[in-house]
Amino acid sequence: MSKIAGIAAAALIASAGLALAQDAENIKADHEEGGRWFTVDDIPTFRVTEDGTVDYPVYNGYRRYHSECHVCHGPDGEGSSYAPALKNSAVNLDYGTFVSIVAGGKQEVNNAQNQVMPAFGDNANVMCFIDDIYVYLKARGTDAIPRGRPAKKDPKTEQIREDENACLG
Amino acid sequence: MRKTLTLTTAMLLATTGLASANDDLMSKMDDPSQWVIQTGDYKNQRYSKLDKINKDNVKDLQVAWTFSTGVLRGHEGSPLVVGDTMYVHTPFPNIVYALDLANEGKIKWKYEPKQDPDVIPVMCCDTVNRGVAYADGKIFLHQADTTLVALNADTGAVEWSVKNGDPAIGETNTATVLPVKDKVIVGISGGEFGVRGSVTAYNMSDGSQAWRAYSMGPDSDILMDPEKTTHLGKPVGADSGTNTWEGDQWKIGGGTTWGWYSYDPDLNLIYYGTGNPSTWNPAQRPGDNRWSMTIMARDADTGMAKWVYQMTPHDEWDYDGINEMILTEQEIDGQSRKLLTHFDRNGFGYTLDRETGELLVAEKYDPAVNWATEVVMDKESDQYGRPQVVAQYSTEQNGEDVNSTGICPAALGSKDQQPAAYSPDTELFYVPTNHVCMDYEPFRVSYTAGQPYVGATLAMYPAPNSHGGMGNFIAWDNVKGEIKWSIPEQFSVWSGALATAGGVVFYGTLEGYLKAVDAQTGDELYKFKTPSGIIGNVMTYERDGKQYVAVLSGIGGWAGIGLAAGLTNPNDGLGAVGGYAALSDYTALGGQMTVFALPE
Repeated sequence: MSKIAGIAAAALIASAGLALAQDAENIKADHEEGGRWFTVDDIPTFRVTEDGTVDYPVYNGYRRYHSECHVCHGPDGEGSSYAPALKNSAVNLDYGTFVSIVAGGKQEVNNAQNQVMPAFGDNANVMCFIDDIYVYLKARGTDAIPRGRPAKKDPKTEQIREDENACLG
Repeated sequence: MRKTLTLTTAMLLATTGLASANDDLMSKMDDPSQWVIQTGDYKNQRYSKLDKINKDNVKDLQVAWTFSTGVLRGHEGSPLVVGDTMYVHTPFPNIVYALDLANEGKIKWKYEPKQDPDVIPVMCCDTVNRGVAYADGKIFLHQADTTLVALNADTGAVEWSVKNGDPAIGETNTATVLPVKDKVIVGISGGEFGVRGSVTAYNMSDGSQAWRAYSMGPDSDILMDPEKTTHLGKPVGADSGTNTWEGDQWKIGGGTTWGWYSYDPDLNLIYYGTGNPSTWNPAQRPGDNRWSMTIMARDADTGMAKWVYQMTPHDEWDYDGINEMILTEQEIDGQSRKLLTHFDRNGFGYTLDRETGELLVAEKYDPAVNWATEVVMDKESDQYGRPQVVAQYSTEQNGEDVNSTGICPAALGSKDQQPAAYSPDTELFYVPTNHVCMDYEPFRVSYTAGQPYVGATLAMYPAPNSHGGMGNFIAWDNVKGEIKWSIPEQFSVWSGALATAGGVVFYGTLEGYLKAVDAQTGDELYKFKTPSGIIGNVMTYERDGKQYVAVLSGIGGWAGIGLAAGLTNPNDGLGAVGGYAALSDYTALGGQMTVFALPE
């Protein structure tokens, strides 16, 4: 998805509210594979059922975000005094851009600011769970889940367990 | 013959230089018109004998002058005043300004090091720096990238510089340094990156290394004598820095040394604490993990440890032991003793005999503390000196991938590095505290050099069933182990306190207020809202017979991260989410010094 489309989608979300947000094309869960949900374009996304049960990747994304990311980006993807609120970035940036910034880092160092996002490309604790972190933040950014630990979650599937072990080594 | 003679002369010169460097620094510390090291004095009391601003007139305090540092993000530490010059430092890029107090604060010189910005994200929790120190005509700056620089105090010219660590493996610096005799004592950060902590002494004259003492490792690394170094009165024994670790985990064992240092010239001992063992997942490092979480007393000349005390064996909550050690002389049971008082992250206020390391008092300084019932004081018990952990709040006993809830205090501790003050007039300690609890879920992580090595997920929230705020400013009796009074604060108090002979205690708040309270009663006497939240430490100086109080504003540090959007208690249910105050509703980034004085 292009940046312009991303911004347009974000604007749409802001004006149209929650129901529409979850139906936006880059958000709406279309199909499931081994406990993970995807959009119609095969982009990872989240699914929250009516009783508030989140899919397992969203839950795991919550855990991993609060281990690896929140020391700069604040609790619940809300941002800190100097680092942006990632719950918005996950909605406003397309998936490829999001992943490439996490893997490669980003720098804005000048007279006004000293912002440096490190490259997590070789950090297994981040990269093995990048899709989980991404869908968690998208769920936060669209207000599909409230702040805090998700209360109810789908069970960890065999597929997810196998992938985790293979990736962490 | 000739060579020997030269050598003797050199030694003589060195000895003379040594004595005068130290005498000069100590006489400047004794002069209340100046503030020459971050802690005010070697005792870390943060007490000033100045009394022109007192509890009767402090209500008239006004802003005398201000200075913008040109840098945003968290401003910890404080300015120094040495003679006619004020030295102001900043967070990364670690600029130092020398301001001419005889010329309305004109900038005499400015030093800005060139540092690789890649160090920024390796610093846990913002790019703070807790300030420069003066000794022997030099200003010592320990930069974020662990470069220690000696600047000519008059010109700002670099006299020497030395690299203490390697940011590529997560070694960084946020702390100030302590000049002692002819050496500069420096620590290191990086407990969240698997750094093995150490303290290093550099020779003041040329930056060469005098000694280095690691927090864990073989006896030759940790500078401990198996027979002579004691832990609670008993010899530590051989291999004490490796035999409570499994395998090679000690090599990435944490125990970093990013806090404050104090010094007793009579005993020639320096005191400091070590940080958390890494990772935060206790299941990955069975054992007591010595000597993380430990109060250290080391010989200033050799680095050899005289005594140690591990407060939190096998940490399960990230309760770093790095907070300041405040040295006092007080009576206990009618006997005058040399004491060391320490407010640990783990919520216990410890009072020890600083000559022997004997534990005298260990009591909770926040009633919310619940992870342990008590510290055993019975010397005959096999649990002597050990906190008695409550199973419900033990992240080790509950296990990996289990969320332990309602643990108080949170990982940031009942108090973090923000230093307390002590007034010999009231014999009370004035302590900025956090009133925050947490849920903690540890899980397995893999180590990659230079990458975060955390291994736990945390949620933090104000202490339940209390006043709803996230902080208190308390007065503490270190002999009785009791709170004398407590002022509730909406946010954690993250500013270092200052006590004065005027009967006034000063501290800053995260909203940005500088507050003055009565040292006896805690009654608020004055407050003023500065341009940004205060995480700096209050200092005072005198010039032309007039007393000034100065503080840095600039929200950031751990407080700026955790509290910017406000906290939520996931155990409260949906209705209460977002119900707590958000710091971003009160203040924004800044970088200013505000100097206060009474009107003419």
